[in-house]
Amino acid sequence: MTEPTSAPPAPGLQRAGARLPIDEYSRRLWERRWFVAAYSTASNSVGYQGSFLGQAWQLLTPLLNIAVYYLIFGMLLHTNRGVPNFIAFLSVGVFVFSFCTDSLTAGARSITGNIGLVRALQFPRAVLPVSTTLVALLRLLYSLIVLIPIVLITGEPLTWRWLELVPALVLQSMFCLGIAFVVARIGAQVPDTTQALPFVARVWTYTAGVMYSVQTFAAGHGQWVSVLLTVNPGHVYLAIARNALLADNPCGIGTWLLAIAWSVGTLAVSYLYFWRGEEAYGNV
Amino acid sequence: MSEPLNASEPDGSPAPAAEARSAGKHAAETASAGSREPTVVVDDVHLTYRIVGRGRRGGAPAAVRRVLLREQAPGQRSVHAVRGVSFTAYRGEAIGLIGPNGSGKSTLLRAVAGLMAPSSGAVWTRGQAALLGVSAAMMGGMSGEQNIVLGCLAIGMTPTEIANEYDSICEFAGIGEFVHLPMNTYSSGMGARLRFAIAASRAPDILLIDEALATGDARFRRRSEKRIRELRDEAGTVFLVSHGLGIVRDTCTRAIWLENGRIVMDGDANDVVDAYEDKHDEGAHRPPRPTHRSGARARVYAEPSSF
Repeated sequence: MTEPTSAPPAPGLQRAGARLPIDEYSRRLWERRWFVAAYSTASNSVGYQGSFLGQAWQLLTPLLNIAVYYLIFGMLLHTNRGVPNFIAFLSVGVFVFSFCTDSLTAGARSITGNIGLVRALQFPRAVLPVSTTLVALLRLLYSLIVLIPIVLITGEPLTWRWLELVPALVLQSMFCLGIAFVVARIGAQVPDTTQALPFVARVWTYTAGVMYSVQTFAAGHGQWVSVLLTVNPGHVYLAIARNALLADNPCGIGTWLLAIAWSVGTLAVSYLYFWRGEEAYGNV
Repeated sequence: MSEPLNASEPDGSPAPAAEARSAGKHAAETASAGSREPTVVVDDVHLTYRIVGRGRRGGAPAAVRRVLLREQAPGQRSVHAVRGVSFTAYRGEAIGLIGPNGSGKSTLLRAVAGLMAPSSGAVWTRGQAALLGVSAAMMGGMSGEQNIVLGCLAIGMTPTEIANEYDSICEFAGIGEFVHLPMNTYSSGMGARLRFAIAASRAPDILLIDEALATGDARFRRRSEKRIRELRDEAGTVFLVSHGLGIVRDTCTRAIWLENGRIVMDGDANDVVDAYEDKHDEGAHRPPRPTHRSGARARVYAEPSSF
């Protein structure tokens, strides 16, 4: 849109809606942390209000997904080969990966779905993708209530290594926030994004190794297939989460380094990308 | 690309931008020189926005062909909502924006608030301009008290400030025990009162009001008008978009009449509202009232009959 080309007509005047420098922008974003928290929790609880079971759907949806995936992939297609504790493996995969797909699809709607807010109040628009990502993270944390009993019942030992889940989720949150920033800007400019993204999410789910072991699968294919599948950020975050909770899914230091690189790189680039579009979000 | 929505554009009229630019100068000349501080300068602002997905024809094959041939989709239209508007607002002014539906009033207000970027021209403000309205941040399923917190956070208050303001917001809204019930159980008047109470709890440098006074009973309307006057004193400059011409007469010192995205007239509120009523309420029954036509400060930019 219009770049500030001319000087103010009188001293003390600023151009309305001018994009703030990145440091000032980030400071304002931090000032809005209370709003982010309140808006995320409110929209999370309001989202289930129309249904009889209410917030129980937060746990029911992934449970049903696990049941369906277990029937189709475990019992019919036998993708469980090479996986010792398939139910726990599948459950961690479904719950942890739904955080990625949730932030992808919700992030794309974060501007367009809140256009009333964008056209009424002045605040750093980054508040909105942060808020949708936080909602997705909250769902993941709720789902741990179901996930942890499943993992324990299926015979996984409770060890100190479970604490690695905390840095794993921190890294995944950073990456998911980065994804949300990117799709939020694209979704604001191209309305068809929301229609296309479910397919992207599905392809990503199938390639990330949610319901099969990437290592076992890649062993039967060429070198580049193996590299592509293991570098996939979706798989990287699954690998470090499974490494934390499941005994027989070790991952090396290389996977951790890859996870850090994806998180920091994606978040830094996408935050700048989102910020550069700041002035035009009200015009969509 | 942008098809003009008004077909009856006066031919050979002087460039509206240049003419409107003299608005600022004119206002500056008539001002008691030096004592008036400009707070909003709107400089030849045009605002165009796209409407997507309306009236597409030809179904999926046509859509694919359009994408392949990079044709402009017939459903995509540009609406040229504001067409070269210029004026200067000063501290202490309350400016009413009047005009028929679709004349660009609300869009202009959003440009002043910095919420929509002009496609050309620029808006300059002294301090932060804020639209009076929090309804977009509020959620019907949540209780009144939760919405007070949410709304106050949305307009940028901190938790400490909210704790200090909470009681006065409740008192001003006057909804009593309903504050503990979900907002979707409220009558529309109660909802409007609560929204106004939250939005008006903070005085920005430049206050922009878009039809906020249309709802609520007479008693609340009086109170809200009083609050608007207080805010005006605190804020410095107030813009009010309203179809209630009486409100514009009562609360505004100046009025700008917009039609088809252009300024028709800019001047003393009573003069502009009189002229607007002469044009639009012809044949309507209204009680005779004393006219206070001074004509000195008002300036007509285009013959209203040409629209």
